[in-house]
Amino acid sequence: MKYVEEYRDTELGRNLIKRIASVSKRPARFMEFCGGHTVSIMKHGIRQLLPSNIEMLSGPGCPVCVTPVGDIDKAVFLAGKPGAIISTFGDMIRVPGSVSTLQKAKGEGADVRIVYSTQDALEIARQNPAKSVIFVGVGFETTAPTVAASVRQAFKEGLTNYYVLSLHKLTPPIIRALLTAQELDLDGIICPGHVSAVTGARPYEFIGNEYNISAVISGFEPLDILLAVEMLIRQVEEGRHMLENAYPRVVRYEGNRQALDIMNEVFEVSPSNWRGIGVVDQSGLRLRDKYGALDAEKAFDIERVDVRENPGCICGEILRGVKSPSDCRLFKNVCNPGNPVGPCMVSAEGSCSAHYLYGGENER
Amino acid sequence: MCLAIPALVKSIDGDTAEVEIGGVLRRAGIVLTPEVKEGDYILLHTGYAISVIDKDDAIETLEVLNEIAGIK
Ligand code: SF4
Repeated sequence: MKYVEEYRDTELGRNLIKRIASVSKRPARFMEFCGGHTVSIMKHGIRQLLPSNIEMLSGPGCPVCVTPVGDIDKAVFLAGKPGAIISTFGDMIRVPGSVSTLQKAKGEGADVRIVYSTQDALEIARQNPAKSVIFVGVGFETTAPTVAASVRQAFKEGLTNYYVLSLHKLTPPIIRALLTAQELDLDGIICPGHVSAVTGARPYEFIGNEYNISAVISGFEPLDILLAVEMLIRQVEEGRHMLENAYPRVVRYEGNRQALDIMNEVFEVSPSNWRGIGVVDQSGLRLRDKYGALDAEKAFDIERVDVRENPGCICGEILRGVKSPSDCRLFKNVCNPGNPVGPCMVSAEGSCSAHYLYGGENER
Repeated sequence: MCLAIPALVKSIDGDTAEVEIGGVLRRAGIVLTPEVKEGDYILLHTGYAISVIDKDDAIETLEVLNEIAGIK
């Protein structure tokens, strides 16, 4: 077992599609929460292979995409501070803020470094004791524990020049917000796979219990997704609404206790602002007081600038599932991966990027 | 962003492990998965193991897939 190729078997996939077509009678609308699911679905042409009564929508599960303009502005502001080194994951540096991007700031002389891991950011801090190393932390519950681990490590080592700008977001509250808004009339949700590796299955049970919507936790290989879709369709056909786990090799019901503990030790739940959605209570993470000295929001006087969004970009509506990239006038002509106007085109797992790369000729 | 890939644990040294992905060796933080052992597959995310992959469950899922597809 290598846990990859086995779940990409084309022959098995074809048979699954046939089986899905034979059991699926009712029209149903599903949302895949994760950007990673969107990419896999687009890349393998799964939307086109599913029967026409099944509609798939993309959700807000792209951390870079849901980071609002004002938070990008904060990172750009920090990059301009003398003696600052900004470290963050790759996609973040190209996301347009109100006036600039981290990449442009870098071109103008700021020290902005792409890291693969918070371990690299810590190492930069150790190597540069006279500088302030600020890690711009984006990501859901998958990533937050790794950032928490770095904060704890810095604290233990007594590193006084490592800071985190915590833009972390939580997934169950945003799913609840989308369902409460009732814009979509969903029949089922493909729940996050790697977030659930940390959170466990329990936080998603409300989807079936409180909203009567089917939910299945899925992995990211094409057969994982087909299995999740098949399970959702069976629930819909049988009139069931419950949470099922199609990814048990990675996701345990109770989640990863150790990761949850570290996350909880370092962060506390806070309100958070989501692009296209607005401020959602209890949907973000900020550093606890114990780690306040490492909190970039507290350590630096971050100047607020007037937030300006590009009026043509409908990324926010795409994140809510109410529009798709082909509804955007800028898609493909003005906005493309070489010249991204919004974060949904910047991020490798943004809907616009996935549709641009894998959408084929049908996408205008 | 939540991208995570399976990696084989070759050796463990305190809080880090040496892991192999498609023949390439890398280091992985294992503070989030202290139960991990040599020979396990972990799910690697931004330099940290976030889950130990369960072989029995992995096989069972493949069996379910085959069953649904009508192969078994
Ligand atoms: S195509 Fe570009 S401009 Fe249009 S919604 Fe997507 S990111 Fe925004």
